[in-house]
Amino acid sequence: MDAVIASLPEYWDGFLRTLYLSVISGIIALIVGTLLAAMRVSPVAALRGFSMFYVEVARNTPLTIIFFFAAIVLPRLGVKFEQFEVAAIIALSSYTAAFIAEAVRSGVNSVPVGQAEAARSVGMTFTQVLGFIVLPQAVRTVIPPLINILIALVKNSSVAGAFFVLELFGYGRQLSNDYGNQVLWILLGVAFFYLLITVPLGLLAHFVERKVAIAR
Amino acid sequence: MTSVLYDVPGPKARLYSLIGSAAGVLIILGILAIAVTTLAQQGIFDADRWAIFYGPMAPDVWNLIGQGILSTLAAAAVAAVIAFPLGIALCLLRISLIPWIRIPTQVVLEFLRGMPVVLMMLFVLLVFATGQFQAVVVGLTLYNAAIFAEILRAGIQSLPKGQREAGLAIGLRSFQSRMSIEFPQAVRRMLPSLVAQLVVLLKDTSLGYIVGYEELLRKIQIMADFLGPDFLFPAFFVGAAIYILINLTVSRIAIMIERRGSKKAAGGVAPPSLRTGLVVGGNDPVAKDSVEGPNKA
Repeated sequence: MDAVIASLPEYWDGFLRTLYLSVISGIIALIVGTLLAAMRVSPVAALRGFSMFYVEVARNTPLTIIFFFAAIVLPRLGVKFEQFEVAAIIALSSYTAAFIAEAVRSGVNSVPVGQAEAARSVGMTFTQVLGFIVLPQAVRTVIPPLINILIALVKNSSVAGAFFVLELFGYGRQLSNDYGNQVLWILLGVAFFYLLITVPLGLLAHFVERKVAIAR
Repeated sequence: MTSVLYDVPGPKARLYSLIGSAAGVLIILGILAIAVTTLAQQGIFDADRWAIFYGPMAPDVWNLIGQGILSTLAAAAVAAVIAFPLGIALCLLRISLIPWIRIPTQVVLEFLRGMPVVLMMLFVLLVFATGQFQAVVVGLTLYNAAIFAEILRAGIQSLPKGQREAGLAIGLRSFQSRMSIEFPQAVRRMLPSLVAQLVVLLKDTSLGYIVGYEELLRKIQIMADFLGPDFLFPAFFVGAAIYILINLTVSRIAIMIERRGSKKAAGGVAPPSLRTGLVVGGNDPVAKDSVEGPNKA
């Protein structure tokens, strides 16, 4: 137990880095994912095909493989990063973007056809239909799954710890080396800090889900 | 697609779309070309780099890859086989009528679900001083059992109330009604989600790499370390392709089950709205395909 107290500074540093990785990758993934979803419904066939291919491949690739590629294979190919955080952010956001794209797309699809038809029939244009009718309703459906994806992102950021980034999991590995006799407490400490992020997010998802759930 | 959202394109719009398509293809091809030339400058496409897969080394290389695939599949299979019954047990405890069983189970499930799988693997490995295989299997089992339990619980709650009431009315005990009336239906309704979670489980075996389990990715690295850095990219490329192919196959199976299930299962497969967010990371490969929306018009 005293090992945990003695290494509180490391925990705090790791906690902040986990948060940093998750927030930055989360923002990038939200932007890229929304773009991918937009490409998926766009009338331009090439964009549609590309988005479909990307999402399908990224969703079926283990995250460890993507990390391995970003942190070990890319530098060998001449793409050098000054910090491994950059590789981690690239890996996390390119992986998460695919899931976000799917969530956003199925949210748009969940709006009943009649809504769009009605909007069209009162003479709204494409942008009006999307902006005033479809998207506001889609957002309601999309937010709970999005929060779940972000929770998964926080947990996935632990993989970065194995690829030279000292976040919570990375510190966990290091500390359990330093305090070989108190591994149990060290790792429970790491677990606690993860729960500190994931449990509130989970409660938020639950709350939002109940708040926006409306019978259609 | 999305024909409800805008008018059917006329000749002009079709021309623009064609131009847009061409431009899009050109941009994507351009990016690919840059990537390929960069790779070519590194000599990635030299035949001798790929010779490990067909040259004199090939039997050893493929043997190593084969071992990697086998240990990946073995960990996934063992974990899945244990996790499913454990998930059923956890689900039973979670929906128990007795609060002091139900509430602690809920806490345990939340704990397991909020934890990175790789941390659990490391925990088992260091605290219980097991082998790597056991660590990977136990980590995967605990995590996925918790997810299975949540999926099954959602399945049971989606059943009409009358199912359980009828069971109790003909004199079944609560447990009997759960096992012989509710569970079979819940499993069938949630089958797509369960299979989707299997894909996640299969993907997560690659986390074994981090705790030193010799699965496919670790074998690839061993191979690259042995052969020299020149062979890292070819080895990685083949390994990643194998992983993706396996996962795509299982995803396809999930979609097939969805299609068959929606015709066969009693009461059909649960609607996707019930299933969203259950499989972590929205990795339900089928929920997306069954959503009826403006695009299906």
